[in-house]
Amino acid sequence: MGKVMLARRAAIAALLAMRRDDLFVVTGLGSTTWDVASLGESERDFYLWGAMGGAAMIGLGLALAQPRRRILVVTGDGEMLMGLGSLATIGIQRPKNLAIVVFDNGVYGETGMQPSHTQAGVDLLAVAAACGIGARLDVSDAQELHALAERLAHFGETLFARVHIAADDPPRVLPTRDGVALKRRFRRAIGIAS
Amino acid sequence: MDWPDGIFAQFKRADIRQVGYVPDAGHSRLIDLCRADANVRDVLLTTEEEGVALGAGAWLGGERAALLMQSSGVGNCINMLSLIRTCRFPLLMLVTMRGEWEEFNPWQVPMGSIVEPALKLCDMQVTRANTPDEVESAVAAGIEQAFGHEAAVAVLLSQQLIGRKQWAK
Repeated sequence: MGKVMLARRAAIAALLAMRRDDLFVVTGLGSTTWDVASLGESERDFYLWGAMGGAAMIGLGLALAQPRRRILVVTGDGEMLMGLGSLATIGIQRPKNLAIVVFDNGVYGETGMQPSHTQAGVDLLAVAAACGIGARLDVSDAQELHALAERLAHFGETLFARVHIAADDPPRVLPTRDGVALKRRFRRAIGIAS
Repeated sequence: MDWPDGIFAQFKRADIRQVGYVPDAGHSRLIDLCRADANVRDVLLTTEEEGVALGAGAWLGGERAALLMQSSGVGNCINMLSLIRTCRFPLLMLVTMRGEWEEFNPWQVPMGSIVEPALKLCDMQVTRANTPDEVESAVAAGIEQAFGHEAAVAVLLSQQLIGRKQWAK
């Protein structure tokens, strides 16, 4: 702490500034859903409005099903904490095309900024390491964020990144919340005839 | 005991590519078959709800998944099943039952006894196989429902199928 933290909306914009067409995104409930939606709704994004703790596992199922696409899960510390076991599950599968990026602000933003475990010292990057995820990045400034964004264009192993962001609370940007429509749109975008 | 082979034959026929599971004695033969098949990705889970999300992700990517668990695992899935219902994802859940026939562990009874109503409250279709010759057709029908109609289906495998001998080592 003590340094200038990244603002989440600027961070998501920088993270996806070099997004390639083969990058498909799953967002976690809830602030990271609004963050990704703030860049404009994309048919290559699957926005979670619920299913807390499930984002990383949806990413795993998707990554295993689509080995030629890159899958990015963008979620928050609270959502990741609820699915902490999924890091163990992913750690023994290690698909080459799955990246998990956690926006860690140490608080539960959606519910009134109550402190999360990470604020009290739980280290998600160390958890990822202990689960066998070898490629890890700890991101706390614009330069490191740029390096992560570049990495997303060509990574070839399971990647885990923690992005330290400020506990700010920008206005919500709400994407489609019709789950069936989101599912159909995403499947069409990834090339499945349904 | 060859009903697990019947389930596996249906998995192969339906081109199920991902099988999530929490280790379970009743499913041990089926888990072994999945692990031995290079075209089936066996995904060891820490808790069953991970498998609900895994299957949703698989479907987003165009693959079919199945989820194996014992009855106590159903309780772990409840909130994640909202993902399935809201988005109408297919889900094929095979549940070996505990807490019913000749159960010696009373701790298995509270969850085992509410599996069926709990899953129905979650808007899942629930069928049950009590004898070995009912299993394969129940699974085949479940596969058709789940992936043909994007439905959430649970096939409950009665504790009688596993038998008493399995529990004594």
